[in-house]
Amino acid sequence: MDLNLLWYLVPSVVMFACGVYGFVTRKNMIAILISLELMLNSADLNFAIFNRFLFPGSMEGMVFTLFAIAIAAAETAIAIAIIINIYRAVGSTNVLESNKMKH
Amino acid sequence: MGITLPILILCLPLFMFLLLGIGGVKMSRKVAGILGILGMGTTMTLAYIVAFTYFFSGNPEFIIDGVRQQYQVFDVTWLAFTPKLVVNLGFLLDPISAMMLVVITTISFMVHLYSWGYMEHEGGFQRYYAFLSLFSFSMLGLVVATNIFQMYIFWELVGVSSFLLIGFFYRLPSAVSASKKAFIVTRFADLGFLLGILTLSYFTDTFNFVSMTSNPMNVLAETGGATFMGCSVLTWAMVLIFTGGMGKSAMLPLHIWLPDAMEGPTPVSALIHAATMVVAGVYLVARMFPVYCVVEASMTFICCVGAITAFYAAVVACTQVDIKRVLAFSTISQIAFMMVSLGVARDYMIPGEHYSGLGYMAGMFHLFTHAMFKALLFLGAGALIHAVHSNDYTKMGGLRKYMPITHWTFLIGCLAIAGIYPFSGFFSKDEMLAAMFARHWFWGAWMTMVAGLTAFYMFRLYYLIFWWEENPEYEHHKPHDAPWQMSLPLIILAAVSCVSGFIPFGELVTWNGAPYHIHIEAPVAATSLTVAVLAILLATVMYRKKNPLPEKFRNALPGLWTAAYHRFYWDEIYLFITHNIIFNGICKAIAWFDRHVIDATMDGFAKVTQKVSYSIRGMQSGNVQAYVLWYFFGALALAIITLICII
Repeated sequence: MDLNLLWYLVPSVVMFACGVYGFVTRKNMIAILISLELMLNSADLNFAIFNRFLFPGSMEGMVFTLFAIAIAAAETAIAIAIIINIYRAVGSTNVLESNKMKH
Repeated sequence: MGITLPILILCLPLFMFLLLGIGGVKMSRKVAGILGILGMGTTMTLAYIVAFTYFFSGNPEFIIDGVRQQYQVFDVTWLAFTPKLVVNLGFLLDPISAMMLVVITTISFMVHLYSWGYMEHEGGFQRYYAFLSLFSFSMLGLVVATNIFQMYIFWELVGVSSFLLIGFFYRLPSAVSASKKAFIVTRFADLGFLLGILTLSYFTDTFNFVSMTSNPMNVLAETGGATFMGCSVLTWAMVLIFTGGMGKSAMLPLHIWLPDAMEGPTPVSALIHAATMVVAGVYLVARMFPVYCVVEASMTFICCVGAITAFYAAVVACTQVDIKRVLAFSTISQIAFMMVSLGVARDYMIPGEHYSGLGYMAGMFHLFTHAMFKALLFLGAGALIHAVHSNDYTKMGGLRKYMPITHWTFLIGCLAIAGIYPFSGFFSKDEMLAAMFARHWFWGAWMTMVAGLTAFYMFRLYYLIFWWEENPEYEHHKPHDAPWQMSLPLIILAAVSCVSGFIPFGELVTWNGAPYHIHIEAPVAATSLTVAVLAILLATVMYRKKNPLPEKFRNALPGLWTAAYHRFYWDEIYLFITHNIIFNGICKAIAWFDRHVIDATMDGFAKVTQKVSYSIRGMQSGNVQAYVLWYFFGALALAIITLICII
């Protein structure tokens, strides 16, 4: 069996779809954050895959992936900090309860 | 001539305006008054030096072989529209501008001094002096303009200062409406002026006076045979430019603002609405004189407008009660006199005439003498109003015993304006009438009649103020002569009015700079003198002592008297046109269109936006996940559309 591009892309799409589904349906902010990470990781995966199959001689995609992972880590830290603050203010991490912005 | 003095003449009044206008609040009345008077005194001295250097130094810049030259002291580029069409700012010295420098600064200085006494107890003293300085600056800038656009700028500036000073007592509704009226009427006329300037400069590619007037046939050639509505374009341009002069100089039918302008303080009336600003129209025609001469039709137009206005204003002046209004109508009449005098002058020799430019010289001469004696009469009227606290001659009468200085100076002013030898008005009026008779007997006869009316109404006014019958109220409040600040200008101006007729004006100011030796033409002089003396005698019989004669005259011609008293209903006609036709007719339709079409369209846009916003605002729930879902579907839709487009 020959491992071509499609074999890698399909799991990436599945991962992205899971991320979207989780982002829309879960009510806990931490769970939403995890779904977000899933989407981000599927994008990272795509970078690596396309680099490997389309431009085998170069390393840009890989390097980009590493950068994205690093930035995602920083983002997560900020997101968690925000969530903690929201928890302190609202007393819950339920996303439905923090809708004061609309007023 | 160096550039320093001319620059200072313009900058000093401007500086005084800024100083008194900005710093006046912090100054006491005395400091502000003294500063204003000193500033104007210095300007006057500088202007005298410049004018005397121009006339008498014999410098080849100014006079070559006995012919006075036009000399541009400086002329700097200000706005360059195209390489050929450039607006400059400069300082032009020629006979009329040098003469005007003297007139303006003299009268302005007299008025500054006089106002110190007259305005002593009025509020806004510092503001008053600031406005006077602004006016002096604008008027000086107007007369020394090197090009017609610079003249237009300063023309508007004098309009503004006139507006500010007429409305000086801004708590009086009558003063406010008078200032508005003056501004709107003159602005309306200036629209014509601007159109004329643009038309003329479109063809000649220049605004400069010297290049236009030195070769007027060239101007005619440049406009070519272009015609508009049956008249040549040059005729249109010159008549439109004259329209601006008609507005400023209060010629019929744009005269309605000047009598109302008397709402301003009396010294202002003397300075702006008698001696200097209102003669700007005459000055404009004199400035463009060679170009006007090329267009015969425009000269005829000037003559007709002037002749009708002179007669109309003289008749109205015979019936007015307010002494300032009499003087205002007298001013209108005298300015119209100058206009006719310019209108009969030509810059080329007419067969059988010894000097066809005489009218120009005479008009300028009369401008000079009139400025002096009319300022004197107005300042005298101010002294009377100051003493009696009324503008109405019925509150006066028999004042000669109480106010000797005012009485004698006023009498000198009346004699001068009536044209009695040896007072200044005689000489200038005689030259003007000689020029008119030389052109056509009709103009001469018509204007002699106006001169007779002038003598009559001035002496009617004189007798009603100083003789007639004493007002019994003098018992309680005894009128007395004004303080020295007010009497001194009266005496100086009276002295000037006595002697200025002997100035050899023809040697100084002529249209082409070549000297002209004035000689009094015996027949004309005898006629005008006889008419004036007869008119004065008639006035003496009618008004010297209280008698029923004026009442009888009035009852003999009730219709004419009432019409003249109401100034032949010009104001009513204007009110009818503006209120009934323009406001009620045209403006109502425009207002309806504005409200129901333009505003309604805009309101419609607003309403639609609001409705749409209300209907979709439920989508903004504050729930982040709903937003994400919308975003997701949007992105999906975009992706699908992109895919469809690619395939």
